[in-house]
Amino acid sequence: MNIFIAIVLWLAAIAAAGWVFRFVGQKVTGNKPLFRDMSYGVAVGYILAAVLLVWLGWSYVLSRSPDQTIANKYFFLGKAVEGFLLFAASAWAFRIFGRNVGSAGTRKLFRSMPLTASFGILTIIIYAIVAIFAGAIAPYGQEEILGAANVVPGGNPAMGGNPDYPLGTDQIGRDILSRLIYGAQNTVGIAFATTVLAFLIGATLGFLAATLGGWLDQLLSRAVDVLMAIPSLIFALLLMTIASAWAGSEKGLLTFYMVVIIAVIDSTRVFRLARAVGLNIVVMDYIEAAKLRGEGMGYLIFREILPNATAPLLAEFGLRFCFVFLTIASLSFLGVGIQPPLADWGTMVRDLAQFINFAAFAPQVASAPLLAASAIALLTVAVNFVVDWMLHKSSGLKE
Amino acid sequence: MAEQLLKVRGLKIEGRSDETWNQIVNGVDFELKKGEVIGLIGESGAGKSTVGLAAMGFTRDGCRISAGEVEFDGINLVNASAKVKRELLGKRIAYVAQSAAASFNPAHRLIDQHTEAPVQHGVMSKAESEADGMELYRKLRLPDPENIGFRYPHQVSGGQLQRAMTAMAMSTRPDLIIFDEPTTALDVTTQIEVLASIREIVEEFDTAAIYITHDLAVVAQMADKIKVLLKGDEVEEADTRTMLSDPKEDYTKSLWAVRSFQRPQKPYVQTGQTPVVSVSNVTAAYGKVPVLHDVSFDIHAGRTVAVVGESGSGKSTTARCITGLLPPKQGHIEFDGEALPLDYRKRNKMQLRQAQMIYQMADTALNPRKTIGELIGRPVQFYMGLTGKEKRKRVDSLLEEIELEPSVYYNRLPSELSGGQKQRIGIARALAAEPKFIICDEVTSALDQLVAEGILKLLAKLQDELGLSYMFITHDLATVKSIADEVVVMKDGRVVEQGPKDDMFKPPHHPYTDLLLSSVPEMDPDWLTNLLKERGVDNIGDAAVGKM
Repeated sequence: MNIFIAIVLWLAAIAAAGWVFRFVGQKVTGNKPLFRDMSYGVAVGYILAAVLLVWLGWSYVLSRSPDQTIANKYFFLGKAVEGFLLFAASAWAFRIFGRNVGSAGTRKLFRSMPLTASFGILTIIIYAIVAIFAGAIAPYGQEEILGAANVVPGGNPAMGGNPDYPLGTDQIGRDILSRLIYGAQNTVGIAFATTVLAFLIGATLGFLAATLGGWLDQLLSRAVDVLMAIPSLIFALLLMTIASAWAGSEKGLLTFYMVVIIAVIDSTRVFRLARAVGLNIVVMDYIEAAKLRGEGMGYLIFREILPNATAPLLAEFGLRFCFVFLTIASLSFLGVGIQPPLADWGTMVRDLAQFINFAAFAPQVASAPLLAASAIALLTVAVNFVVDWMLHKSSGLKE
Repeated sequence: MAEQLLKVRGLKIEGRSDETWNQIVNGVDFELKKGEVIGLIGESGAGKSTVGLAAMGFTRDGCRISAGEVEFDGINLVNASAKVKRELLGKRIAYVAQSAAASFNPAHRLIDQHTEAPVQHGVMSKAESEADGMELYRKLRLPDPENIGFRYPHQVSGGQLQRAMTAMAMSTRPDLIIFDEPTTALDVTTQIEVLASIREIVEEFDTAAIYITHDLAVVAQMADKIKVLLKGDEVEEADTRTMLSDPKEDYTKSLWAVRSFQRPQKPYVQTGQTPVVSVSNVTAAYGKVPVLHDVSFDIHAGRTVAVVGESGSGKSTTARCITGLLPPKQGHIEFDGEALPLDYRKRNKMQLRQAQMIYQMADTALNPRKTIGELIGRPVQFYMGLTGKEKRKRVDSLLEEIELEPSVYYNRLPSELSGGQKQRIGIARALAAEPKFIICDEVTSALDQLVAEGILKLLAKLQDELGLSYMFITHDLATVKSIADEVVVMKDGRVVEQGPKDDMFKPPHHPYTDLLLSSVPEMDPDWLTNLLKERGVDNIGDAAVGKM
C-alpha cells in the first residue's frame, strides 16, 4: 500500500475516533464540563496519544520477539522503553526514599517534588559519585589495553561479547565501561569548572555594566558583541589550534587553555543575561535606597542585586553547563579537546563512530558509540530537569 | 417592580494555595435590575474583584466557584458551557479593568480594538462599529472623536484611555458592565471627567453596572446601592443615601470615619529661624527636558511640608534633587544652613544619614530577598557601627517603635507582610539612620484607607517624639488636610502657591489650587452633579487644567 494513502487513512480514522470519543464521553458522563467544554482538537489529541502509546507497547513486544531480524529492527526502541521505565521507577523509588529519610526540611522538599526533578537529582548524584570515585569503581584503568579489541557490548559470548567486559572494548582493546567511568571525571569535572569560571566573569562584568552604565557599559557590551559575532565553535577551534601550538606537548596546560577559552566565549552569553537582569533590578527603589545610604559597589552587586538575580542565572547555569559540556565533547570529537589517552565521552563517540553503520543488522555492535552519547544526553536532560524545578519553585508559580 | 437582570445567590469562591482550597468569598448575595448600578466596596483582599469577575461566571486561575448561583437574564453562568458564555461575554456583559494602559494591546490602534467585539459577535459590521465608536468617543467627550481612535494606546493620556476603554465596553451595548476600580490610578482632576462620562453613558443606555472601588466618595457618586465586603464576607447592603447617612455595622462606620483624622495646625514658624532643609531657586532637567523651574521652599524643624500636585508636576523630581539623585542645573540646597553638595556621590556619610526617604511602593523599596532584620539592621550597622547583640537590640527597639512585634517579624521576608506592614518597615529603615529629615514620597497612596490612616498616625507620633521634619509628597488632598503644617502646590514644575495649611484651605485660592480642592470627591451623593452644574460639562478635568 502506498505510504501516503496509509497516512491519510490513519489520520482520518483518528479524526473520526476523536469525534466519537467526545460524543460518547458527553453521553456517558451526562455532559460533565470536562467533555462538554472539550474542543475537538483536544479530543483528537487524546486519541492520537492513545494510538502512539499502543504502537509503542506493540513495538516493545516485537523487540522481544524470538525472530532475530524482527527483534533487531526494534532493538533500540525496546532499549529506550526499558530505559524509560527503569528511570521512572528509580526516580519514583528515590522520591519515596527522600520523603521518609532525612531532616524535616528535605522531606518537605521531596513531598512537593515532581518525578522529573527527583530523576534529575538522582542522576546528578550518581554522576557525581562515579566521577569522584572513578578510580575505585572502574574495573580497569582508562589507559589499560586489554587482550581483545572490538568486543561487542552486552557480555553475551554468543553475540560476540565477553562477560569480563560488560560494555565491550574499543578498537585497541580498552574497556568501554572503565573509560565511561573515567570520562565522567574528565568531561564533567572540566565542564563544571569551565561553567563556574564563565559565570564568574560574565555575571560580575554584566552587573558592573548594569550598575555603572555609561562608557564602561558601552565598552563591555560592544566587546561582547564582537565576540558573539564569531560562530562560537569555529572561534573555539581557532583559539584551540593556537593554544595547542603554545602548549606543545604539555597536555595539562592545553586542558587549562581549553577551560579558559570556552569560559571566555561562554561568558559573553552570561554577560548579556546578567546585564539585562541587572538593568531591571538597578531601577528598583531598594537599590536607590542603598545608593543614597552610601553603599559601595561590591555591596550593591553582591548583596543587593545578586540575590534577586539568582533565579534566571541558575536557569542559565543549567543550560550553559550543558552547552559547555557539548562544546568540550565536540572539541574532543574534532581532536583538539581533551587529549588521549585521557578518556572523554566526546572522543569515545568519535573513535567508535563508524560502528553506527551496523545499526540495521547488528544493533549490539552499533550501540558501542551510543553508550558515551547517551551518557552525555542523560546528564544534559537531568541538569535541565533540576533547573526547571528550581525555577518553578523560586518563581512561586502555582500548579 | 422591574425584572431582575442579575441574581447572585450564596456565591462562594475558593482559591488554591499550598495544595488546599481555601474559601475566599463566603456567600454573597445581590440582585441587579436593568439600568441599576451597584457599588462593591471594601479593603484589598475583601474579594471585591473576585465577586465582580464571578458575576461574569469567570474566576481567575487557581480559583473556583464552589457554591451558589450567578443567574444572568435566566441563564445560570456557574455551570453554563463555554459556548454559552462565549455568546454572552463581550456582547451582553462587558468588563472595564483598573489599568487601561495594561489592558489595551499596545500594538493595535484604539478603534481596531474597539470594533473587535461587535464584529466578532456579529452585532455590527466593521464600518458601522467604527462610526459608532466615534459617536461613543464624542459622547464620552474625548477630544477630536473622529480621529482619536486611529491613535495607538501610548499616544493618549491615562484618563482618555480609561474613557476609550469604557467606550469599548459599550461597543456592543451590553446589559451589564463591570467596572473594576476604573479611576484608582488617575489624578483627582482626571478622575472627575472619567466619573462624569461613565455615569452619563451608563444612564443614557440604561446599562446595569457593578462598580468596584475602595473609595467611598467615588462610589457615592456612581452607585444606586452599595454593598460593603470584608474578607470575603458581606457586611451590609443598602441604598446609597441610606448607607451614607445611616450605616448599621461598626465596620462600615469605621470606614466612614477614616477621613476624620486631622492634626491641629502648629503655630507659624518665626522668621529668622534656620530651616532644616532649604531649597532655593532650583532648576532641573532630565537631559534637555526641563522639569523644574525656580523651585524654592523651606522645611523647618518638627514640621511637615506637603508638596501637592498632579502626576508630572515635578513633586518627585524635587525630592530627587534634594537627595542628590538628580543634581539641579541651577540653585542650591541647604541643610541646617550649610550648602549640600548637589550630587549624592559627593556627600559624606553624615550628610547622607541626615536625610532619609520612604517610598511609595514598599514592594520595590524593600529588597525581597532580605529579612526584616537584615533590612533594618543594615543602616544600623552602616551608620552607627553596631554589630551583634547591640544591633539586634536596636532593631528590636525600632520594630517596637513602628508597632510590630520584634520576635515575630525579625526573620520574616517582605513577601510575608501586608502592604501596611511593609510600609512600616520602610519607615523603620529610615528611622534606623536617626535622621533629622525624612522625605515621604506618596507613602500612603498604595494603601487602603484604614491602613493609610494608621501610617499617618504613626508618622505624626514619631514626629512628636523625635522632632523629625517631613517633606510629604502626595496628590491626595485628604492626606494633606490630616498631616501637613505647610503646603506647597506644584504645577508643571513650578510652585504655584505655598503657605500654612489653614490658609491654603481657606479662600482665596490660586485658580489651580481651587481646581484641585474642588476636584476631591466628597461623600455627598449629589457632589458630582452639583460640581458639573457649577463648572459646566465642558469645563472639567483636563479641559479646565488646559485653560489655565
